[in-house]
Amino acid sequence: MAAAVEVPQVRIAGGRLSDDLRALWVVWKRELIRFGRNRMRIVTSLAQPVLFLFVLGTGLSTIIHTSGNFDFRTFMFPGVLGMTVLFTSIFSAISIVWDREFGFLREMLVAPVHRWTLVLGKCLGGASVATIQGAIMLALAGLVGVPYRPVLMLVLLAEMGLTAFALTAFGVMLAARISDVQSFQVVTQLFVLPMFFLSGAVFPVTRLPVWLGVLSKIDPLSYAVDPLRKAVFSFIALPPSVRATFDPGVSWGSWELPVAVELLLVGVAAALMLTAAIRQFSRPA
Amino acid sequence: MTQLQARVRPGEEAATEVAVEATDLRKTYKQIEAVRGVSFSVRTGEIFGFLGPNGAGKSTTISMLCTLVNPSAGRARVAGFDVVSEQARVRQQIGLVFQETTLDEYLTAEENLRFHAELYGVPSSLVPGRMQQVLEMVDLWERRRSLVQTFSGGMKRRLEIARGLLHSPRVLFLDEPTVGLDPQTRSHIWGYISELKRREQVTIFLTTHYMDEAEYCDRIAIMDNGILVAEDTPEALKGAMGEDRVELHTDDDPRAISELGQRFQVAASMHEGAVTFHVPGGEEFVPRLFAELGVRIRSVRVARPTLDDVFMSHTGRTIRDAEASGGDRLRANPWIRSRGRR
Repeated sequence: MAAAVEVPQVRIAGGRLSDDLRALWVVWKRELIRFGRNRMRIVTSLAQPVLFLFVLGTGLSTIIHTSGNFDFRTFMFPGVLGMTVLFTSIFSAISIVWDREFGFLREMLVAPVHRWTLVLGKCLGGASVATIQGAIMLALAGLVGVPYRPVLMLVLLAEMGLTAFALTAFGVMLAARISDVQSFQVVTQLFVLPMFFLSGAVFPVTRLPVWLGVLSKIDPLSYAVDPLRKAVFSFIALPPSVRATFDPGVSWGSWELPVAVELLLVGVAAALMLTAAIRQFSRPA
Repeated sequence: MTQLQARVRPGEEAATEVAVEATDLRKTYKQIEAVRGVSFSVRTGEIFGFLGPNGAGKSTTISMLCTLVNPSAGRARVAGFDVVSEQARVRQQIGLVFQETTLDEYLTAEENLRFHAELYGVPSSLVPGRMQQVLEMVDLWERRRSLVQTFSGGMKRRLEIARGLLHSPRVLFLDEPTVGLDPQTRSHIWGYISELKRREQVTIFLTTHYMDEAEYCDRIAIMDNGILVAEDTPEALKGAMGEDRVELHTDDDPRAISELGQRFQVAASMHEGAVTFHVPGGEEFVPRLFAELGVRIRSVRVARPTLDDVFMSHTGRTIRDAEASGGDRLRANPWIRSRGRR
């Protein structure tokens, strides 16, 4: 047809809260669509925690003396949940670097919406994906002696969600400063593995030499793994000696931090990371 | 259709005769002066081409007009809004097609468009119709459910053009819309762009370093080393050159060259196997040539000056020379520092 087409004059976003919320929603949705489409990613990112739990965990349990019939892998389980969330969150943040490299970030940055909506949408998307991965790991709880109690599951999910959000915000904050995938991977190796090992995820950090103990207390992931472990241990009956060894909690001096304080610390860290990330992305070039 | 038009918000009618206006626009990155003071205006509804070699400052200029980069000095207005103080308003009025692909390859064509529609707040009742309209325009309607990673380079570019139009922008910016594409795809893309101008009443601002493509533009500005060296219609620019190029094949080329020098006071030389020279009014010159040249002429070709000739007369070099020496000044732009496509 040769006639000129009527062009709909559309109302364009900008300024209003509903526009910002819609932008947030669509960025979040994109993360989930991409996650759902990439089956390989789901499988490969579960391979590592499964390996840690059932190969390393089983191996270690042959040399670690535990009294009674306590399974060492029960100790490791909350740590492996933390690990799943950690790796998935950081991986989600890498996608910002990919987006920059492949230009999609520009499509988002020129849109007539506030930048904070894009950053928050990204963090929520990454956190949702990481929590879903964590939930899949959670399904294996029964294999290592963790009971499927609804309250426990809900508490673990909520704690993983908060942790995932903080970690994604941390990754996004890094990604804002780094422009290529290679250097992002170097930086995350520098942060991610030390954070993982020092968090008490794979071994109790109470009897460490002082310098390692200090590093462990600096590690923000310690304050995310400990609530997970406390939740798991509160649902299994154990002799006090085992509990003291494998669920020592995190102490500052003689003060053992309550779970609420630990979660508050994680929440504050999340808010700081998010603010830094938003600032970084809102800067004009 | 009337209910569609009724959606125009009152007070949004700020449409001006001038779609884009830049006044002494400058951008300096550390030591590099990427854009050194450019002024121009683009009228509503025209195709305006920004022409120049890689690194001339075209992309930086476009980035400033699109509010991706703040100018170091100078002012620019797009669709009546200032690119610094009214960024959000500018972004509402423009569509963008970047040099690099900015599609999400893990999503389908349709999902990419939906994402865009939601970011730009296109009312959901209008999205399906509009989506069909733009996808049909670029012949991708049948492929709307395919993942973008299965698309060829030309298809991706077409999809980006469709996406840039989805929210009915007043001004569509196309940064090197045909770079890296094969000639056939390039001519298709130009077909779409011309179609678009006819159907959508949109102002099109584009950059290119292909001289032949500038012929499609209503007006062009030639940029080199961060400044504009010429601005007019392609015809006027070529007309201002004054001289046509004449190419001869004769039985005795050396003698033809010497006779041209003696009898016609024309400096001719061999170029790509033909006796080549420039004269004003080439078509009137040819009959004289046949009557008075003492060498048998086998063929004659008279060519109007091309934009290559225009570029050369303004910059003293061909665009290919300029490309070869052109610095990567635009790489200093942080939003463009991703891998370039050459």
